[in-house]
Amino acid sequence: MKYLHDIGEYFIMLKKVFGRMTKPSVLRGLIFKEVDDLIISSLGIVIFISFFIGGVVTIQTALNLNNPLIPKSLIAFTARQSIILEFSPTFISIIMAGKVGSNITSSIGTMRVMEQIDALEVMGINSANYLIFPKIIAMLLYPFVIAISMFVGIAGAYAAGVLGGFVPGEQFLNGLQNDFIDFHLIYAFIKTFVFAIILSTIPAYHGYYMRGGALEVGKASTTAFVWTSVVLIITNYVLTQLLLS
Amino acid sequence: MIEVKNLHKSFGQEEILKGINTEFYKGKTNLIIGQSGAGKTVFLKCLLGLFEPTDGTIEYNGKAYSSLDNETQRDLRQKMGMVFQGGALFDSMTIAENVMFPLRMFTKQKKSEMMDRVQEVLQRVNLENVNHKFPSEISGGMQKRVSIARAIVNRPEYLFCDEPNSGLDPKTAILIDNLIQEITKEYDITTVINTHDMNSVLEIGENIVYLKDGNLAWNGSKDEIYKSEDKSLTDFVYSSELFKKVRKAQLKGI
Repeated sequence: MKYLHDIGEYFIMLKKVFGRMTKPSVLRGLIFKEVDDLIISSLGIVIFISFFIGGVVTIQTALNLNNPLIPKSLIAFTARQSIILEFSPTFISIIMAGKVGSNITSSIGTMRVMEQIDALEVMGINSANYLIFPKIIAMLLYPFVIAISMFVGIAGAYAAGVLGGFVPGEQFLNGLQNDFIDFHLIYAFIKTFVFAIILSTIPAYHGYYMRGGALEVGKASTTAFVWTSVVLIITNYVLTQLLLS
Repeated sequence: MIEVKNLHKSFGQEEILKGINTEFYKGKTNLIIGQSGAGKTVFLKCLLGLFEPTDGTIEYNGKAYSSLDNETQRDLRQKMGMVFQGGALFDSMTIAENVMFPLRMFTKQKKSEMMDRVQEVLQRVNLENVNHKFPSEISGGMQKRVSIARAIVNRPEYLFCDEPNSGLDPKTAILIDNLIQEITKEYDITTVINTHDMNSVLEIGENIVYLKDGNLAWNGSKDEIYKSEDKSLTDFVYSSELFKKVRKAQLKGI
């Protein structure tokens, strides 16, 4: 019953988020701040992880392709498919559930504990719109983060594959272009867009409705990370089934 | 003026407020007092519109809050200022931005006009040279004064304070009490203060509402408290030896 209550409360919150809007001039400033906090500040970690995971995928693929009948270009093909279809959209999103999600839950949760959300409500401000709507809008730029992750991941694969001596450069570039299906990119960005909504709203829900003190803020952040990851994984499965099968 | 009629508030099976009838007057410092768990905070949150009453009505200048449409409720809320127990200042904003916040949200004033008003109210609460500081960089007493400045910056008709001097030293607490009383007279507003500080009660209590177990147990002024024979009230107010002596002195006319 509690899960049903939570799901209902989550949708009530979403209705409130898209309810009475905050003054546009104020909202504009809040959106820019959230873009900086949630998107720009995440680029460093995303680039770092993408580059090295791209490299690791390439090395592992290369080490497992011992058969001389299999062309070396398949290493690049496998790295590309892994990065575009799964690593960048899903793996990075789970990392972002920890980084961005805990930031959202703890910032909103602390405002709840410190009565700042009550202060907004008393002033007649739609606190859900004021706090959560700018985060959702900022997260709409999340597909750009994933595009960067894909690019850097493939660069990492090239670095590890070619500079590491596993595959010649020309064969790597050939493999990268082999059997490229446009829809795989569309599929990845559809997933990313849905994940962006999940990444901004589930942690916001856990912060917005939290009760208690500082200890509960920590617990809420952990719970938000777990639930965001669970919903991401399930959504990933459902979208893959719907779009690729 | 705020008129409370037969106010009930329950959470599940538990009834917190059990039919309160009282009035809070314009231009006076109205105090809600009572022991912990008496229902003071729930009562204040009902007055603020943060909790919906289970039964009964709260009328602001003759208009029942629950009968107003959303737009009018919002307009009414913009006429309310609130001083929270912990200040509830926004950590990411400077002091000037905190005080300016209601003006940015609800007025179309130019930034220079807003800054002038911010300076005016900060001076009114005796704060200077704090504009660019953040809430974490000033003391608890100063945070309370910033909170008062933010509450009055948009010229409210109602001012609500939740234990405004909790956590403050006695001298600062008296300063805050006096400041709230002065502002109440100066702006001619209806001020409701939730407190269990007996200094505040005997210092600025012009209309005191004493809650006990969710009921209105007593209503009167600070002068009437001295003469009251209501045992639960006197036990609560004069729980310390100091206040017992104050009462004896008052009754003897010293």
